[in-house]
Amino acid sequence: MSGAKLVVGPFNRVEGDLEVHLDIQGGAVASAQVNAPLYRGFERMLEGRDPRDALTITPRICGICSISQSAAAARALGDVMGLRSTPQGEGMSALIHAVENVCDHLTHFYLFFMPDFTRPAYAGQDWHEAVMQRFTAMQGSGARRAVEARASLMHILGLMAGKWPHTLAIQPGGVTRTPTAAERMRILSTLRGFRRFLEAELFGAPLESFIDLRGQAALLDWHTGDAGLFLRAAVSLDLAQMGRGAGRYLSFGAYPMAGGFGFARGMWQGGFVSEVPMDAIVEDVSHAWMLGAAAHPARGLTEPDEDMRTSAYSWCKAPRLGGVPMECGALARQVIDGHPLARDLSVKGGGVLARVGARLLEIARIQLLMEDLAQSIDPSARFMVQGDLPAQGEGAGLVEAARGALGHWVRIERGRIASYQIIAPTTWNFSPRDANGLPGPLEAALVGARVKPGEDTPLAVQHIVRSFDPCMVCTVH
Amino acid sequence: MNLLWLQASGCGGCTMSLLCAENPNVFDTLADAGIRVLWHPALSVQSGAEVRAILHQITEGTLALDLLCIEGAIARGPRGTGRFQMLTGTGRSMLDWVRDLAPRARHVVAVGSCAAYGGVTTAGDNPSDAVGVQYEGSHPGGLLPPEFLDAAGLPVINVAGCPTHPGWVLETLMLLAAGEMRAQDLDGYARPRFFADHLVHHGCPKNEFYEYKASARDLSDMGCMMEHLGCIGTQAVGDCNIRPWNGAGSCTSGGYPCINCTAPEFENPRHAFTQTPKIAGIPVGLPTDMPKAWFMALASLSKAATPERLVRNAVSDRVDVPPTLRKPRA
Repeated sequence: MSGAKLVVGPFNRVEGDLEVHLDIQGGAVASAQVNAPLYRGFERMLEGRDPRDALTITPRICGICSISQSAAAARALGDVMGLRSTPQGEGMSALIHAVENVCDHLTHFYLFFMPDFTRPAYAGQDWHEAVMQRFTAMQGSGARRAVEARASLMHILGLMAGKWPHTLAIQPGGVTRTPTAAERMRILSTLRGFRRFLEAELFGAPLESFIDLRGQAALLDWHTGDAGLFLRAAVSLDLAQMGRGAGRYLSFGAYPMAGGFGFARGMWQGGFVSEVPMDAIVEDVSHAWMLGAAAHPARGLTEPDEDMRTSAYSWCKAPRLGGVPMECGALARQVIDGHPLARDLSVKGGGVLARVGARLLEIARIQLLMEDLAQSIDPSARFMVQGDLPAQGEGAGLVEAARGALGHWVRIERGRIASYQIIAPTTWNFSPRDANGLPGPLEAALVGARVKPGEDTPLAVQHIVRSFDPCMVCTVH
Repeated sequence: MNLLWLQASGCGGCTMSLLCAENPNVFDTLADAGIRVLWHPALSVQSGAEVRAILHQITEGTLALDLLCIEGAIARGPRGTGRFQMLTGTGRSMLDWVRDLAPRARHVVAVGSCAAYGGVTTAGDNPSDAVGVQYEGSHPGGLLPPEFLDAAGLPVINVAGCPTHPGWVLETLMLLAAGEMRAQDLDGYARPRFFADHLVHHGCPKNEFYEYKASARDLSDMGCMMEHLGCIGTQAVGDCNIRPWNGAGSCTSGGYPCINCTAPEFENPRHAFTQTPKIAGIPVGLPTDMPKAWFMALASLSKAATPERLVRNAVSDRVDVPPTLRKPRA
């Protein structure tokens, strides 16, 4: 059968701009190229500025991962300063960050991912009517309840971070605002409200019973709440086999605190967790409209190829760890943290079901983490220490955004930013090919996706792309 | 009213902020105002070919476009081609699309400071040669010329802010849908006056510290951030401290300075955002409409009169000294 080509775009319900080029053979994707078509040049904007400006500028890379960018910038500057936040400041930063991350997961599930299952192509399915009720874009009762629950939870950000997105509350030495005992009560009360939403609407059961799931079979047997609706669709469409991953995962460790990470740091390859060899990170630019050579981000450049040479196809560089692409995100975090459900999902394919299932698992686990963090707030303690930036120095800030590993690498010379390089989660997941021709994780996951006759925007491709929850504005920045 | 929303060269944060609308939520608010969303890149179901079909109907004139919302600046680079941002699947740049669609819309709304003036997308030396829809920084004329007006005689409406408050966007759209937005309802930078006639200073929780020039030295201190920490809430427009953000907050209540994000060119203040520029130890920049001599005189007077409570609390991260209690007269 002769091949056909498809260009899919505008690809919406992802954050930012995305275009996917597909070669179709025999009713399936034979190869894919992923194009991040927006270049703004944040790394270049930062050069020559006062280093503290990174805390104002980098959150504005992305309106959905804004606090993640803040946290990474604060950690990078803190690394240069040799300054660590106070323990209470670290806990509050983690709480603020966790609120953003759980809201991102919720937005993804209700507004970005599930509306695809309302499409007329699925009209014959026994879950279709219920899915229409809950997830019809901008109308479904679930979508409406979810944005309300999200807005209410974000009152914690209004209180402690001033506003969302684009706060300046997270600083190298902690957070800018000290809560009172009464405000701690408000935060706990807001969290109880969010738990009520999760248990009544999303899970239809206590969070702890979802967290107790040990494997894929038990997950697919989950029937209650909006999660149950997704899982019914997952069974009938065999989403476990759709968009399988390569089983190589990366996490920089979520919510770093004095006592350790909320979710562990590490890499997962061949069934084992090991340390992340940070020196082995290289950004390849062979298929990106970028000039220069492959380099570690501490020595990297961002020099756009204004000719947009035809041998390249994206503004996105291709980060590799020890020469191979890595997948990051909720699934990677939960696998590396050792949760049995996530490990089983990854072993059984690591596809659409695994990515979305792990995100649901993480929503439940983050709620518990937020409750612990809020309980631990000590209004009598200090939430921030001050420090001075040296005129010269280098530092790295590594955090976990909702979508995965986010790193900032900064070099300061004569009191100014001399270099600032960023690798965002979707830079890893949606990277183009490298010099060895190795495709990025999404490009690889799309191979084999079914394309039905007459489909010009194949549904399987949409499910796979959205299962990664890409953030394209972060990707190229 | 048919609404089309395009995300140009920006962060998507104004859409994310819009989703924080409350009482009622964003979807109900739009529906109740009679606004039908033809397509929104983050929220609509249509993808790929379905979107191209909607765009085709609009350009053919078979589908009315009432409200065109642009979020993000317009990339002109590299070399004037606009190819730093292509509208995917269409083979055309966002620059080309906005230029094509704007004259077809009943009203054009620039959502956020990037779309309005260029904003953070143009920070530094503006790597993508981006520009606002009808302004380049503070200069009239962006992608569209200064004389551009919609059929109702309105310029591009600049709902500035980084991000915008969800109320600013929704109330603008509701006013437009009701036919109640007039040219005189916009300020000199085409911002709706219902939020731009206020200063961020209005209702700032640090007002008492400001009155006595009791200043914070470091971020996390409770005092006024104007003297040392770069706060320009006395010059910035916005009702940020009158209507809460996310149910409870504002930048200054969060303990960090107002950076004037509703203004053109706020992204390049020529000093660190969190440090007040000074000449001979005296802060540069005066509160809006305040004569300099009076400001200096009042500042030195109020500094001399600062109560001990404010002196101490200003440099503390919490209230160390509570207000003195007075017994009611018998």
